[in-house]
Amino acid sequence: MSAVIDRPGRRRGLRTRFGGGVVYLLLAALAVIYIFPFLIDVATSFKTEAEAASSPLSLIPQNWTTAAYERLFLHSDFPVWFRNTAVVTVFVTAGRVFFDSLAGYALARLRFRGRGVVFGALIAVMAVPNVVLLIPKFLVINQLGIFDSYVGLIVPLLVDAAGVFIMKNFFESIPVSVEEQARIDGAGTFRVFWSVVLPMARPALVTIIILSFQGSWNELAHFIVAAQDPQLTTLTKGVAQLASGQLSQGSQYPIKLAAGAIMTIPVAIMFFIFQRRIMNSSSGAVKE
Amino acid sequence: MANARTRLRRGEGLAGWLFTAPVIVILGLFLLVPVLMAAWVSLSDWTGRGSPFAAGVNFIGVDNYREILGGGGLAERDFGISLKNNFWYVILVVPLQTIVALGLALLVNKRVLRGRGFFRTAFYFPSVTSSVAITVLWLFLFSGSGAVNAVLSWVGINGPDWFNDPAGIFHFGATSGPSALTSGTVLGVSWWDWLGGPSVAMTAFVILAVFTTGGTFMLLFLAALQNLSGEVQEAAEMDGANAAQRFFRVTLPQLRPTLFTVITLGLIGCWQVFDQIYTGTQGQPGKTTLTPAYLSYTSAFDSNEWGRGAAIAFILFAIIIVFTLVQRWVLAERKVSRRRMRWIEDARDASARIGGTR
Repeated sequence: MSAVIDRPGRRRGLRTRFGGGVVYLLLAALAVIYIFPFLIDVATSFKTEAEAASSPLSLIPQNWTTAAYERLFLHSDFPVWFRNTAVVTVFVTAGRVFFDSLAGYALARLRFRGRGVVFGALIAVMAVPNVVLLIPKFLVINQLGIFDSYVGLIVPLLVDAAGVFIMKNFFESIPVSVEEQARIDGAGTFRVFWSVVLPMARPALVTIIILSFQGSWNELAHFIVAAQDPQLTTLTKGVAQLASGQLSQGSQYPIKLAAGAIMTIPVAIMFFIFQRRIMNSSSGAVKE
Repeated sequence: MANARTRLRRGEGLAGWLFTAPVIVILGLFLLVPVLMAAWVSLSDWTGRGSPFAAGVNFIGVDNYREILGGGGLAERDFGISLKNNFWYVILVVPLQTIVALGLALLVNKRVLRGRGFFRTAFYFPSVTSSVAITVLWLFLFSGSGAVNAVLSWVGINGPDWFNDPAGIFHFGATSGPSALTSGTVLGVSWWDWLGGPSVAMTAFVILAVFTTGGTFMLLFLAALQNLSGEVQEAAEMDGANAAQRFFRVTLPQLRPTLFTVITLGLIGCWQVFDQIYTGTQGQPGKTTLTPAYLSYTSAFDSNEWGRGAAIAFILFAIIIVFTLVQRWVLAERKVSRRRMRWIEDARDASARIGGTR
């Protein structure tokens, strides 16, 4: 009996060890494919234009130069773009954290007439593809007279239906008893929300922060239709125009790649800080 | 006491509306109202000057739609080309990204894998970076003398000038087709062009999409894989099923809901390619990277054909809905075949029995 079980067992062990080697080889090759482009990006940003064209694969610049970064920071609007993106991202993230959790709490806990309708409308809204809204959004922004202003850049992004969803689901998962106690003690609804419920919602709030930060930092389409003023250009729009040659001549790859590298740093930092959470909350990690 | 409770409830009603008000107002103002406004614009001859509700703007019925879908002019041809480009993009990207994502997930899901976190991070990182930054990088990697062609030259392949090559990849170098295919047209685009596949330039965007979204969807598959019961796997293994059988008959059927989600999200995302085109090629070379989303944008903002732009946006919306519904019908209607289901159940029973005797 034992011999019968034994033989396939041994064979399997051998095959697994062999398979394991193949798996590692495959993983290593894939990791190179995924990481190498980013290393090329950084390396090329320190090269001269001629060298970028002549040796596109080398990771160590022959003539190390920071000319691209000097051009970006000292002789272009790049700092303005960076500032605008930072301002928008801070406001949008703060707004989403507050408004999404407020609405999520109401939909999860407060009983009010029309709650079902609000919830249904929210689902319908999530189904509308973003790109379809390009022209429509411009029409409204223009009509309201907030075109070419920070208000126009920020306010339309200030809430998102998906975030409300995440918060609602979270609030439904925590026990009601704590809130009830606070209520009996005479705390008002907002007070209960603000001082009792919100502090418990840290994990969900972090998810919202990650998604909003990444979403608004990387947003492009909305910024294209919401402003025209060069002083209100954001990183994505500025770098996109730089890439398409609207602002420059020649290929200028070191400058473009330097710009791309710098605009990636904040999201990369965010990513590495919250890595574990991102990897575990996969339901909320879908790129918009 | 009862009085106090009703007062509490009444307060709750007011609070409920107050709490949801910011979301309702902002989404209403920047989502619902815009869609209604655009619906009107798509039926009007507004040229972008002044308000679309001003006295000089006329209702012209479905003329904008008719022009795009059968006008016989440039508007129809451009839309046809953009549809062809995006269609091939979807056909290639959706299956490829699904397979890559699933493959990556299976690879990094191994319980005993050294450097598991490192590999997950490496594969997921492209997903968090901005589409603009990645497109810039892609323009460099896929330039005529770029890194990709340098690597291809190692194996003796003379790579194309990717983003400047308008040739359809299924034309295999042929410049003109048989008259049977070139005479008939759909939406102003000949059958020859429809069947030619994506241009070399568009293919570079296909690779870009697979590169960036593989990691995103890998996470969804990983979450699903981790929820699968190891017992069923073990039981199948006990029954002598080999790795391929275990994957196709046990793992894959159980991943069906996730597969459904990934394909749906993929379809919705792929029909909306905009950032990459705006940053990279602006529809060039030879309009072969023009997409409906980008065409809608340029029609309105560059050509001042606002009605046409809005109409394209609504047609795109309809396309996305139709594709999603068809996909839902194909994937969800047919349940897991009974034979396979029995297989899984048998395996589950077997594992339960083994668990019981232990």
